[in-house]
Parts: sequence; structure tokens; C-alpha cells
Amino acid sequence: MLFYVFGGLAIVSALGVIGQRNPIYSVLALVLMFASLAGLYVVLDAPFTAVTQIIIYAGAIMVLFLFVVMLLNNPLEGHSPYDRSHPLRRTAAGRMGGVLAVMLVAELAWGLSRMVGAGAPVAGDVAAGAVVSSVREIGVKIFTDYRFAFEATSILILVAMIGAVVLARREEATR
Amino acid sequence: MDPTVIAHIGIILVVFVSLLLSAAAMVWIERKVAAVIQQRFGPTRTGFAGLLQPIADVVKLFFKEELRPRAADPFLFNLAPVIAVAAAFVAFAAVPFGAETTFFGLLDRPIALGVSDMNVAVLVIFGTASLGVYGIVLAGWASNSKYSLLGALRSSAQMISYELSYGMSLASVVLLAGTLSLRGIVDAQAGTWLGFIPKWFLFLQPFGFAIYAISGIAETNRAPFDFPEAEQELVAGYHTEYSSMRFGMFFMAEYINMVTVSAVATNLFLGGWHGPFLPEWLGGGWVLAKGLFLLFTYVWIRWTLPRYRYDQLMQFGWKFLLPAATLNLLVTAAGVIYFGY
Repeated sequence: MLFYVFGGLAIVSALGVIGQRNPIYSVLALVLMFASLAGLYVVLDAPFTAVTQIIIYAGAIMVLFLFVVMLLNNPLEGHSPYDRSHPLRRTAAGRMGGVLAVMLVAELAWGLSRMVGAGAPVAGDVAAGAVVSSVREIGVKIFTDYRFAFEATSILILVAMIGAVVLARREEATR
Repeated sequence: MDPTVIAHIGIILVVFVSLLLSAAAMVWIERKVAAVIQQRFGPTRTGFAGLLQPIADVVKLFFKEELRPRAADPFLFNLAPVIAVAAAFVAFAAVPFGAETTFFGLLDRPIALGVSDMNVAVLVIFGTASLGVYGIVLAGWASNSKYSLLGALRSSAQMISYELSYGMSLASVVLLAGTLSLRGIVDAQAGTWLGFIPKWFLFLQPFGFAIYAISGIAETNRAPFDFPEAEQELVAGYHTEYSSMRFGMFFMAEYINMVTVSAVATNLFLGGWHGPFLPEWLGGGWVLAKGLFLLFTYVWIRWTLPRYRYDQLMQFGWKFLLPAATLNLLVTAAGVIYFGY
């Protein structure tokens, strides 16, 4: 029951993110979506994942988003959705978005076909869920079974951080 | 109805009402301590020693006119104080304040004193603290005033900077206790060393406690880190445009957050409800006493130290506090590995 409440809320707020004209409301809808995803994780008996979701996405990343939107944009000026210069109306952005959308659909289809092959849905296995939700268990798994993915992700984030620093520096130098 | 359910509902009501009252009590304590520090009397006329002053304040707030700037975003302007106060209340839901009890045999099985006993309580408190910033940021943005916006921007930058050190100091305690549950952390501090030194994490983690205290003050936007509402520069920061009870809600959120930070510090570093003299069922008295002392220190610091400059705050947070917290965490981890605490 709660699963469908949170799931519905997540879908509605996700639609709200792309449906809003005002970027601040979009950000808030995204926060609401992350919160309902966290609710879904609680229903799926993974409180650690839920709280991490709230801390990292809703608490840190979205605050930064809000920060940036507030600094860069004055939404009260109002821009026409049919404005030619709107970034999403440019052809390059459209092509890129199209490629990404096709990739998303392909991945979804691939994942769903695998899940059907596996049989029972993940949420059904309560015993496995109880084990996965243990913080200790997650830590051990990350640093043993999944250490390659963990290290690769951390290198990726490091590269992104250095890239951000380099970009910010160059802008400062040319000014 | 099941007596356990009734007991849980009772605990929730008691916590809710005492949080409301604690905000009022803190107003009185703040005014009295400030007065003593500045060699004044403070409130004396309303009730004995001015004890009814907070009630007079609340009545005054209720009867003030609710103002809203015409350029403000009405929905978010109304929503922001609600978010601030709700996040403050939710954070306390994860804080335990007493050992398990049957209420003198009234219940079949003991229940934990505290709204909710979560096995990730430390993270829940950390998470709700980071959600509280939305109230401030949205208030600043929705007011559509430059002072409010500046206050909100400062506050989000400040909270993001100090959240990291805050999390690091929490993590070092979690390492020592080996659990994320606040109840487990408190129980890890039971007993004494050599018969008279209480086994508080304060003695194992003096730097951790200092880092927690500093970033806790910064997280609650209190002096000397009260930049979001620095009155000399920003009028009143993010709540410049707020009046009446909407302002009151921000005020209440600030005091409830202080109470939560103090209660969490009591549980993490000061042994929670463990202490000499009192029997176990009165352990809540120890939580109250330790928490009150920390709250007094909060007020004491506010009326003693001048405000930092904003760039000093950022330098201090990123270049000193965060490296110190990281070092503290590494040393703690090494200690846990070698001594196997």
C-alpha cells in the first residue's frame, strides 16, 4: 500500500520537475521526488539507503542546485517556452537528449528483461532485504565484492572534481 | 488498546509538548543569561523572575500583523517557516532520552524512552539537519528582498561547509561505538574507568567533541556564526520580511535545533542517561542536566564572542576544521584497529 503511495508521489513529482516553468519549483519537485524514493527504500526495508539518499541528494546536492538556480536565474522575469534561444530548443541539445533517451529506454528494457528472467521481484525476498539493510553488511560488500566498482566510481568523481577546478580556474584567468 | 501503543503515543505527546516548552524556556534562559553577562536584571516584571516573559512574547507575536511583501512568492513564503519548524521537530524524533523502561511494571515488555528507536539514528539526525536549510533558503528566496536572499545564500554556503566536519565528528564516535544507533552509542558509554572516571566518549574524543560543538553552533546559525541573520549587515537576514507567528516559527525552529544539537551531544559524548547517584529510571534527569549545561554554554558563547567575518568563517571551515576533523577520524580509525576498542 505504502509502496504505491510513495511510487505515485515519485512519478507525480518527477513529472512536476519537467512540467514547471519556474526552475525553483522544479528543484523543489525534485527534492520531493528524492524524498518519496527514500520512502520507497524504507518500504523495501533498506533504511540505510533511504537515509543516505536523503543526506546526499536531498540534503547536499539539491541545496547546491537551489543555490545555483537562485544565483543564476531570475525566474520572475519569465521566458517564453517558444523562445528560439532556449537551450533545449537548440538542435545539438535535442540530438544529445534524443541519444540519451534512447539509451535510457534500451537500459530499461534490458534491465526489465533480466528481472523477468530472474523470476521473483527483489522486494519479495524479505530475508535477503534484512541482510542487505545492515550497514556492516553493506560496508563489507562494498570493500570486498564490489571494490572495483567502488574504486572506479571514486576515480570518476575525483576526475570530475579536478575537471571542475580546472574549468573554474581557466575562467578566472581569462577575465 | 495495547498498552505499549498508548505508552508510545504518550511519549510522542510528551516530546512534542516539551519541545514547544523548551523553545519558550530557552527564550527565558537566553534573556536571563544575557542580562547577567551584561550586568542587567533581564525580565523581572512578568511572573516570578520574569518566568512568564516567553508567554508574553508569544502573545505579542500572535497579535502582530502578518505582513507579506507584494513581490514575494506567496506559496513558498508560507511554506518556508513550516519546513524549518518541521525539520526541527523531526530531528528530535531520533533522539533517545532514557533507558528502556516498563513504567514500574505497567507494561509487559520494556519500551525505549524516545519517539523512535532507529538503527540509523545518527544518520537520520544528520539528514534532517541538512533538510532544515531548505526552510532558510526558501524563506530568503521567496521574500524577494536582497537582504533575505543574501542571508539565505550565506546560510546555505555555511551549512554545506560545516556539514562535512559535523559528519566527520559523528563518524569518529560511530567508529568507537561500532553502531549507528544512538541508543547503542549511549550504552557503549556505560560504566567507569578506574571506578570514578565515567566512560564518556568526551575523554576518548576531545577533538571530536570540539569539532562537533563548533560545527553544531554553525549548523544552528548561532553566534559567533550567525551570518544568515547578521543584523549590522543584513537587517535580519533570511527572516527580514517575516513578521508575527511566521517569524515566531523560525525563532522556534532555531531554539529546537539548539535543543536537538545539545541532546545529541549529550548522547554522543557525555554518556546520555548514564551517571552516578540517580537510579536508572531517572536517567532522563541526567540527559536534562547535561543538555541544560550545554544549552547554557550555547548562550554563554553567544554573549561572549564577537561574530566572525564571513571570509574568516569559510577559511576556518574548509582550511582548518575539515582537515582537523579528517585527521581526527583517521587517528580514531587507527586507534580502533590497534587497540580494538
